[in-house]
Amino acid sequence: MSGLISILADGIAYGMLLFLFSIGLSITLGLMRFINLAHGAFAMCGGYAAVVLLNGFGVPFLLTLPIAAVLTGAIGVVLEQLVIRRVYPMPELQQVLFSIGLAFAAGAVANILFGPQQQPMLLPDWLTTRVDLGVVEITGYRIFLILFGLVAAGALVALFNATLFGARVRAAVDNRRAAEGIGIHVTRLFAITFGLGAAFAGLGGALAVGFLGLDPTFPFKYLVLLLMVVAIGGPGSIAGSFVAAVALGAIDALFKYYVPEVGSFVIYGILVLMMVFFPKGLASRRAA
Amino acid sequence: MSPSNPLTGTAGRRSVLLGAAAAAAAPLARPAIAQERKLVVGVVLPLSGTFADQGRNNEDGIKVFQKIHGTKVGNITVETVTRDDQGPGSGDLSRRMTQELIQRSRAEIILGYSFTPNALSAASLLTEAKRPGIIINAATSIITERSPYFARVSMTLPQLAASLGTWAAKNGVKTVYTIVSDYGPGLDAETWFTKAFEAGGGKVIGGARTPVAGMEYSPFLQRAVEARPDGLFSFSPGGDVSVAFMKQTKERNIVGSGIKLMVTGDVVDDNLVPAMGDALDGVVSALHYQVELDNAENKRFLEAFREMSGPNAMPSYRTVQAYDGMALIYHALQQTGGKTDAESIMNAIKGARLNSPRGPIMIDPATRDIVQNIYIRRGQRKDGRWANIAFETIEGVKDPAKA
Repeated sequence: MSGLISILADGIAYGMLLFLFSIGLSITLGLMRFINLAHGAFAMCGGYAAVVLLNGFGVPFLLTLPIAAVLTGAIGVVLEQLVIRRVYPMPELQQVLFSIGLAFAAGAVANILFGPQQQPMLLPDWLTTRVDLGVVEITGYRIFLILFGLVAAGALVALFNATLFGARVRAAVDNRRAAEGIGIHVTRLFAITFGLGAAFAGLGGALAVGFLGLDPTFPFKYLVLLLMVVAIGGPGSIAGSFVAAVALGAIDALFKYYVPEVGSFVIYGILVLMMVFFPKGLASRRAA
Repeated sequence: MSPSNPLTGTAGRRSVLLGAAAAAAAPLARPAIAQERKLVVGVVLPLSGTFADQGRNNEDGIKVFQKIHGTKVGNITVETVTRDDQGPGSGDLSRRMTQELIQRSRAEIILGYSFTPNALSAASLLTEAKRPGIIINAATSIITERSPYFARVSMTLPQLAASLGTWAAKNGVKTVYTIVSDYGPGLDAETWFTKAFEAGGGKVIGGARTPVAGMEYSPFLQRAVEARPDGLFSFSPGGDVSVAFMKQTKERNIVGSGIKLMVTGDVVDDNLVPAMGDALDGVVSALHYQVELDNAENKRFLEAFREMSGPNAMPSYRTVQAYDGMALIYHALQQTGGKTDAESIMNAIKGARLNSPRGPIMIDPATRDIVQNIYIRRGQRKDGRWANIAFETIEGVKDPAKA
C-alpha cells in the first residue's frame, strides 16, 4: 500500500514536471496556434541559463529560475519581432519546417557554446533529501514541483480566462481583423504572449534539467511527450494540459509499477485512443 | 630498369609510366630493400550529433599516441585520415565512409567504429577488400565473428557484466534484482551478469527492462526495493539516461538502505561523474580503465594527454581504447618488418601482447578479441571530487560470450 502511494506521489510529481515543461507550448501552440516545434529550444535556453548561473556564478537555485525565465522570454520577444511574426500567416507545414529549423539551429549553437557533453546540475541538499510526510516519503524536489505546478496552473488559468489581457489574446487569435478593428494592438499583444510562452518554456527547461539532464539534443528529446500533453489536454487549454500531464505521469507510473513488461507503452496507447475518439483533446468543448 | 621509383612520386609522369611498364615487364626485378613509404590508417568515428563527444575522446587517444610515439614505424610513416559516421543509426554511412577511405584515400588499415551497427555494416566490406579493421569501442560480442579481419582493443559488455556477477557472488551478495535498458546491450548485460552470478551460487530474484530513453525510474526502483534483494544490478546506455537513473537511485536511497548497487562501468563514465555527484557514493562498477591506475604506461599517457588538453583534463576510457588501437597497429608493423598486407598484419595482431595504460592486454589469437584486466571500483569522494576508485582486479578476462 505504501508502495502504491509512494509511486503515485512520484508519478504526479513527474506529471507536474511535464505540465510545467509544456505550459509554454500550450500558450504558443495552443492559444496562439503557431506550430511551435522550437519550444524545446527555448526550454534548452532556460536550462543552459540556469546551469551557467548555478555552476558558474554560484547563484542560488531558486533565483536561477526567474532569471532563466526572463532571459528566455526576452529572447522569445526579440525572435518574435524579427522573424516569427512573419510566420504566423503561413500554412501549418511551413510553420513546422520553420520551427524545426530553428530548433536544429539552437542545438548547433548550444553545441558550439557548451560542447556536446551532459551539463552537471547539482540541486541543493534541501531538494534532494527525502521528506517523510507520514503516509509517504518523497524528495523535496518532487514536492517543490507539485506545489510550483499548482500555483502556475492556477495563475495561468486566471490570467487567460479572467483578465482583460487573456480576453484580448483569445479575441486576437480567433479573429485578428475584428480585434484590430476594436483597437487591440495585436502585433504587440502577440509579441508579449509569445514572450510569455518562451519565458515559461525557459522556466520549464530550468526546472527539468535537474531531472532530465541537458545537452544540445535537448530540443527534440522531449518534444513527443510535450506534444502528447498538449494534444491530449486540448490545444489552448491550460487546465486541459494540467489534467493531461498529471494523469499521464500517474498512469505511466502505475502501469510501470504493476505491469513493468508493457507499462512503458500504455501512455502511447492512450494517446492513440484519445486522438481517435477525442481528436480535440480533453478540453474539446472549448476549442473554436 | 628506369632509375625512378613510382612509389616516391618524385619523377615526371612519363618516367613513372616508363618505370611502371618496366616493372610490369620484369616483375621479379623489384628492389629487395624496403623503401621509405607511408601507410594510411582510415579512421571512422562519430564526430557530429549526439555522440560527438565519444568520437572526440577517441580522436584524442589517436593524437596522444602519435605525440608520444611519433608517426614513423621503421621506414613507414603512419598517416591518419578521419571520417565522420555521425553515430549509431547510420550504419550505411559508416560503410560508405569505410569504402571511401579504402578506395580514395588508399587506407590499408581501418580504425574506429563506436557503435555495433556501424561496425557490422562494414564487416563484409573489410572481408572483401582484405583490410584489417581495428574496433575501438563497439561492444557487442558477435562483431569480431562477422569478419576475419576484425580485431577489438576496447571491451565487450559481457566482460564487464560477468566480472561484476562473479565479484558479487564472492562477496556476500546472495540475491540480486536487475534493471536494464530494453535493447541489445541491456539484454547482453542482464544475461551475462545472471550467468556469472548464478554460477557463483547467487540468485537473481527478479528484474525489469526499461525503455532505452526512459527518464522516470521510480516505479521500477520501488519494485526493486520491495523485492528486498541484497544487490541491484543495472545497465543503461549512458548520457542523460544514466545520469537520471543514478540520481533516482540516490533519491530512493538504494545504497543507504543497504542494497549493493552494481553497474557496468560505462554507466558511470568519468565524463558523467560530475553530473551524478553524490549519487555515485558507494556504487560498485566494473571497467577496464580508470585514470587513477598506477603504472608506467598510464603515467606517460596522462602526462602527454594533459600536455595536449590542459592540466585538469580527464581522459575517458575511450581515449585509452583509441590509444591502444594505434599501439596495436604500430606493434603489428614492427612485427611484420614492414609488410602491410592484411594477412601479415592480422597474423601479427593475433596473440599480440601490449602494455596499455589500463595494464597488460592481449589479443586472443582464436577470437581476435581483447583479453584484459577488469577493475572493480567503488564510487567515493577523492580530493574534493567524485571518482570511481578500484579496489579489486580481475586479471586476464576474456569475452565470456566466446569462451
